[in-house]
Amino acid sequence: MNNSNMTHGINYKALGRKRESLSLEKETICIQVKELNLYYGEKQALTNVNLSIPEKRVSAFIGPSGCGKSTLLRCFNRMNDLVDTCRIDGDIIINAQNILDRNVDVAELRRRVGMVFQKPNPFPKSVYENVAYGLRLQGMKNRRSLDEIVEKSLRSAALWDEVKDRLHDNALGLSGGQQQRLVIARAIAIEPEILLLDEPASALDPISTLKIEELINELKNQYTIVIVTHNMQQAARVSDYTAFMYIGELVEFGDTDKIFTNPRKKQTEDYITGRYG
Amino acid sequence: MDNRGQHISQQFDAELEKIRNQVLSMGGLVEEQIRNAIRSLTDNDAPLAEEVIKNDVKVNNAEVTIDEECSHIIARRQPAASDLRLVVAVIKTITDLERIGDQAERIARMAIRLSEMERPKNQYSELKTIGNHVASMFHDTLDAFARMDPEAAVEVAKEDLKVDTEYDGIMRQTLTFMMEDPRSITRMLDVMWTARAIERIGDHSKNICEYIIYLVKGKDVRHTSLEKMEKEALR
Repeated sequence: MNNSNMTHGINYKALGRKRESLSLEKETICIQVKELNLYYGEKQALTNVNLSIPEKRVSAFIGPSGCGKSTLLRCFNRMNDLVDTCRIDGDIIINAQNILDRNVDVAELRRRVGMVFQKPNPFPKSVYENVAYGLRLQGMKNRRSLDEIVEKSLRSAALWDEVKDRLHDNALGLSGGQQQRLVIARAIAIEPEILLLDEPASALDPISTLKIEELINELKNQYTIVIVTHNMQQAARVSDYTAFMYIGELVEFGDTDKIFTNPRKKQTEDYITGRYG
Repeated sequence: MDNRGQHISQQFDAELEKIRNQVLSMGGLVEEQIRNAIRSLTDNDAPLAEEVIKNDVKVNNAEVTIDEECSHIIARRQPAASDLRLVVAVIKTITDLERIGDQAERIARMAIRLSEMERPKNQYSELKTIGNHVASMFHDTLDAFARMDPEAAVEVAKEDLKVDTEYDGIMRQTLTFMMEDPRSITRMLDVMWTARAIERIGDHSKNICEYIIYLVKGKDVRHTSLEKMEKEALR
């Protein structure tokens, strides 16, 4: 036996090792939210949210409809700018910059913070052009570099093998699950730092959903991922950290394993076990 | 459960309540097995011992039924948080209950063997003492489970130390008998095995107490000290 820890092919060392529990204190923080308040007209949608989202981890936001989780997600690339009545105060720090500042270049911010929505929204163009779109917008013309990045992005999105022979077909001919992965490929082609996923799998069948989840797991090595989901089991499966929100407030944020086995707050417990509040 | 509010799905509530009740019924059955086994031994009642042996199959069936119920709940409901801990605790508890049932059966078999031998004047009073002690410890364990009471669980777990001490006493005593009179060795070995079976029931009861603390407090206190256990239970 050359390895002293192995007997009968059993690795005894692996048995002794406990899963390293995650701790926010040990993480590098990617997005720092400080005292965020958000109003749609008179109505307050987020109340005093303080949150530190760790880098290169998957953080999931869960909570009942209307609790503000999508609103919070949209703040991270200023999608709420598109809503006229929306007013925000507080800070959101990404890379030492408060992205809520007036002089932030929003187009540049959205390049760094990519977003994928519930319904796949490919452009009515070819598969290739969908992925190359952002790169062309940035002025990239070299055909070979484009080819390379398109292939790399489609591979990262676990879609390459399915579409490599039909790169120039219209993207709308793909299945829903494929379209969603295409949209993710499009988002990562421009190499963002952060990927925001707003219910990315809720319009998909279980197998496509699992593919997206598998993809999220692959992508977290390179990107900070924040996902909003109504599917609690999905949050439990894909995320490292989970935030529970309720009526515009952040109730609890912590290690997903902890939240789903032994949450600290009763509100969280009631929600994830499906009880009346 | 009780103070935690109702599930939106009442069916889910009913299912969880059902496995909880099933554990308590199985516990009741096991408690009867323990008491009868010990009585058959101390009262020299071989027919009662036969009854205990026969009834062990009921305990085994209960384990299989509840296990199946738990798998269904996991498959259908994907329980989380305290619901998940309840299901996990139930699965583990019934394993210990089944083992306790096996020990009761073992005691009954010893009772039959000992009934065929010469009996001491004290009618095995030392086995009666430790046996009753363990039976009441087990009763309190079920009580703590029914009430989901971690403090009570710690108190029961503490009793196990006393049981261990009594067991050591019986070991020393039987050894002395064997040295004094080698003809008693066969019988004394049976006494030792019986004491051992009784002592194991204490250990299994302590395990169940640990699951109760896990279930209520979310802390795994297995293989820790009694102090640590107490700290977590009272937190």
